Amino acid sequence: MDHYYEVSDLRVTFAGDSGRSVAVEDVSFYVEPGEVVCFVGESGSGKSVTQLAALQLLPVPPASIESGKVLLSGENLMQYKAQSATMRAIRGGEIGMIFQEPMTSLNPTKQIGLQITESAMLHLKLGRREAEEKAVDLLRQVGIPDPESRLRDYPHQFSGGMRQRIMIAIAMASDPKIIVADEPTTALDVTTQAQILELLTDLAKKNNIALILITHNLGIVARYAERIYVMYAGNVVESGGSMDIFARPHHPYTRGLIKAVPRLDLGEHRLIPIDGLPPSPGVRQPGCQFANRCPYAVDACRSKPSLDLIEGIHYCACHRKGEDFDLLESKDTEESHKTTEGLGEVLLSVKDLKVTYPIRKGLLNRKVGDLTILDGISFHIRRGETLGLVGESGCGKTTAARGILKLIEGTTGEVWLNGKEILSVPEKEFRPTRKNIQMIFQDPFSSLDPRVNVEDLVGEPLIIHHLVSGKEEYHQRVDELLRLVGLDPSLKDRVAHEFSGGQRQRVGIARALAADPDVIICDEPISALDVSIQAQIINLLEDLQEKMHLTYLFIAHDLAVVKHISHRVAVMYLGNIVEISDSEELYAHARHPYTKALLNAIPIPDPRVELEREHEMLRGEVPSVLMRPKGCCFAERCPFASEQCRQQKPVLQFDEKGHGTACWQIRQECGK
Amino acid sequence: MKNETNSKVKKFVKKLFKRKIVIFAAFLVVFFVITAIFAPLLTPYDPYKGDFRAVLAKPGRAHWLGTDETGRDVLTRIFYGARTSLMIGVVSVMISACIGVLLGLISAYYGGIINLVISRFVDVMMSLPSLMIALALGMVIGRGTFSLMVILGISTIPTYTRMMAGQVLSIKNRDYVIAEKVMGATNGRILLKHILPNCFSPILVLLTSNIGMTILAESSLSFLGMGITPPTASWGAMVSQGSAKLLINPVYGIAPGICVCLLVYGFNVLGDGLRDVLDPRLRGSL
Repeated sequence: MDHYYEVSDLRVTFAGDSGRSVAVEDVSFYVEPGEVVCFVGESGSGKSVTQLAALQLLPVPPASIESGKVLLSGENLMQYKAQSATMRAIRGGEIGMIFQEPMTSLNPTKQIGLQITESAMLHLKLGRREAEEKAVDLLRQVGIPDPESRLRDYPHQFSGGMRQRIMIAIAMASDPKIIVADEPTTALDVTTQAQILELLTDLAKKNNIALILITHNLGIVARYAERIYVMYAGNVVESGGSMDIFARPHHPYTRGLIKAVPRLDLGEHRLIPIDGLPPSPGVRQPGCQFANRCPYAVDACRSKPSLDLIEGIHYCACHRKGEDFDLLESKDTEESHKTTEGLGEVLLSVKDLKVTYPIRKGLLNRKVGDLTILDGISFHIRRGETLGLVGESGCGKTTAARGILKLIEGTTGEVWLNGKEILSVPEKEFRPTRKNIQMIFQDPFSSLDPRVNVEDLVGEPLIIHHLVSGKEEYHQRVDELLRLVGLDPSLKDRVAHEFSGGQRQRVGIARALAADPDVIICDEPISALDVSIQAQIINLLEDLQEKMHLTYLFIAHDLAVVKHISHRVAVMYLGNIVEISDSEELYAHARHPYTKALLNAIPIPDPRVELEREHEMLRGEVPSVLMRPKGCCFAERCPFASEQCRQQKPVLQFDEKGHGTACWQIRQECGK
Repeated sequence: MKNETNSKVKKFVKKLFKRKIVIFAAFLVVFFVITAIFAPLLTPYDPYKGDFRAVLAKPGRAHWLGTDETGRDVLTRIFYGARTSLMIGVVSVMISACIGVLLGLISAYYGGIINLVISRFVDVMMSLPSLMIALALGMVIGRGTFSLMVILGISTIPTYTRMMAGQVLSIKNRDYVIAEKVMGATNGRILLKHILPNCFSPILVLLTSNIGMTILAESSLSFLGMGITPPTASWGAMVSQGSAKLLINPVYGIAPGICVCLLVYGFNVLGDGLRDVLDPRLRGSL
């Protein structure tokens, strides 16, 4: 069978200090024109390296392609040198690439027009005039308004989403047959992500381009992919049609991955994480790479499984049969609703919290105005409750967290903790009370002092607040905390970088728990982690809450996660809370147009559900806080905005169920 | 437990000497330290008593590197000169590092008016060549080993302050420093326990290489006649006096110069090697 683009038995190794390590092990795949193929896997699974190696884009050395054929319409590309004219004509000509980070993949010193025409002139041998016409046409296709005048603009004059559109235009400029998109939307917001992916798949279909999409997001896979390759530790462990794989996942890793992500459309049940850690590159074991994390591993798994046909085009590399797993798996998916009943008194209450930065200008550095980051938000959290704070980047989530913690200047309003106002208390007086309100950070790499060992990291609050008397008790307490978060206390002499991301986040959690706080603010605690690890951390946070009656303010941009973990959810947009309600209620009966759009933009990791969903796109992007609209912050992007919306700012209006919405249109409806 | 520390030391040494050149540098430094400490045992001569029968003798069996104009053995003087150089180098670097690092820490961490005052003071110091400052201070304080240490110490403060301030600025908004604030740690604790250790690698590199620089500065000052008061042995003074006698005994002027070069080089490379080992982000990256 001849495929248009086919890679077979590709094997890539990297030279390291400890010998050669295998990054891609005998991977084969193919694509046909007009097809959307997804490569899914966690970081380090080799999905990007596979694509880069096929195009000979890896630096050699340290990388080396040990074996494999890359056939483009029957011709083996491996016979050409990486820098040969043929390869250069194919890269960017026949095969276009789009990278993850739109901020760094465009040349900041060149006008975007030049960057688009360059490719067209090089590969299609077009003249300047023709190439420019093509560029204008492309920019129009990728949805850049007013393309003629924007050709002369530089990348920094565009937003992140717009830049990714320009990247698409560049990739399209040479009329490629294949586009490889490496995590094209990971750096973008959910609503922008939906726009970009929709655009990309549309263009691919229209121009009969084969789209290879590399992603770690199962939702994206379910929404857009026709065929899927699941990668783990440099191997393709399962491949097949998207419907097949989601309906009847075969490989234990795929099964685990699907169960490990929270879903928007289902009721609450406990996530089932994949145990253990993702393999570190370079450390390989004999046989099946997944065996050490696999709950169903048997003796046979010590030999390497081959990728065997199951049915149709569905292949899987596993010694065991999928039916066996069905029997072994417990059917324990009991729904457990998070109720707000039985929760304690109000513990943390925020009233009209505002954060402004002065804008200074001129020679004398005079203050000319205020930049409002947080535009007056109010909410309260009861003891034992989790309030989810969700919104896109730049909406002020993290600023809210830091404002509540009194970490930034220019914060006004009131923050009541345990019945005491804390915002007006001077730092010196407040310091002893800080133990009552702790924080878990987003980045487990930067939030732990790289020079301090884990014992002292976790134990520091104990010392600061004099919570232990003597060395003995200190050691005991630290061990206890480490065990609580599922870490082996014997590792406590190590420093942070000797741990994986998930383990580090556990250290961060242990540190936050050390002083026995009332409230823990979790600032995107899982967004830097791999999918299978996310579920572990979410479960840990939930268990700890149950065990210790903790109260969380959980900040995240991922609605599915927030819905999963929270009792109540507040949706933020541009420094305002636009909607707040019980989490089930919010997802079932979202009222605010922004909440609705946000929910709509999130792909659900199930292709059957995705087929039936309407993909209604929210237009535009989040405006800069410098250009805050006068009235409702969402008015500019809202399809229902009226004159009143543009002039007057709506406030949260609560119904009898405690579901608050800040929208003029909703209020009118309620009034009727 | 003891095994563990042993293996840690082993690891440290292994990392440090991974590059062969560092071994050489360490050897140089250790060599000069040993000669400085054991100077009286290594040579039969007195560094201050001349032998008038052998003035400006050429290198020979009795005097391996010859003698100077008062008949003192050059090799002996070099051994004793290593004492002066190392002592001045280490002590003055300690003085400037302590003051400079402290100023840098405080100015960058607290910011505001404190930062303004300290930075401007540093700017003024920076705008004057440090050798000029040293010369001027020398006029005021006077000559002698102790005042030379103070002079050289003060004149290199700005480098440390600048460097430290830069480091602190890049670190003070890191998440782990914010985490400390959230924990309720006092500013003093944050500064000393978290910011200072994390700024330390580049400071240590600067420190070791500055020992070399200071030894060089001491030599320059002594060469100019503003440094060590005779008859104390000093490499710089020896180069100065030897340069006038180059034609009679070239080794007399050149040998101490080579010593200065070797010692300075040794400290520089050792500093580099230390940085490679001490950065924990590089640890375990093998």
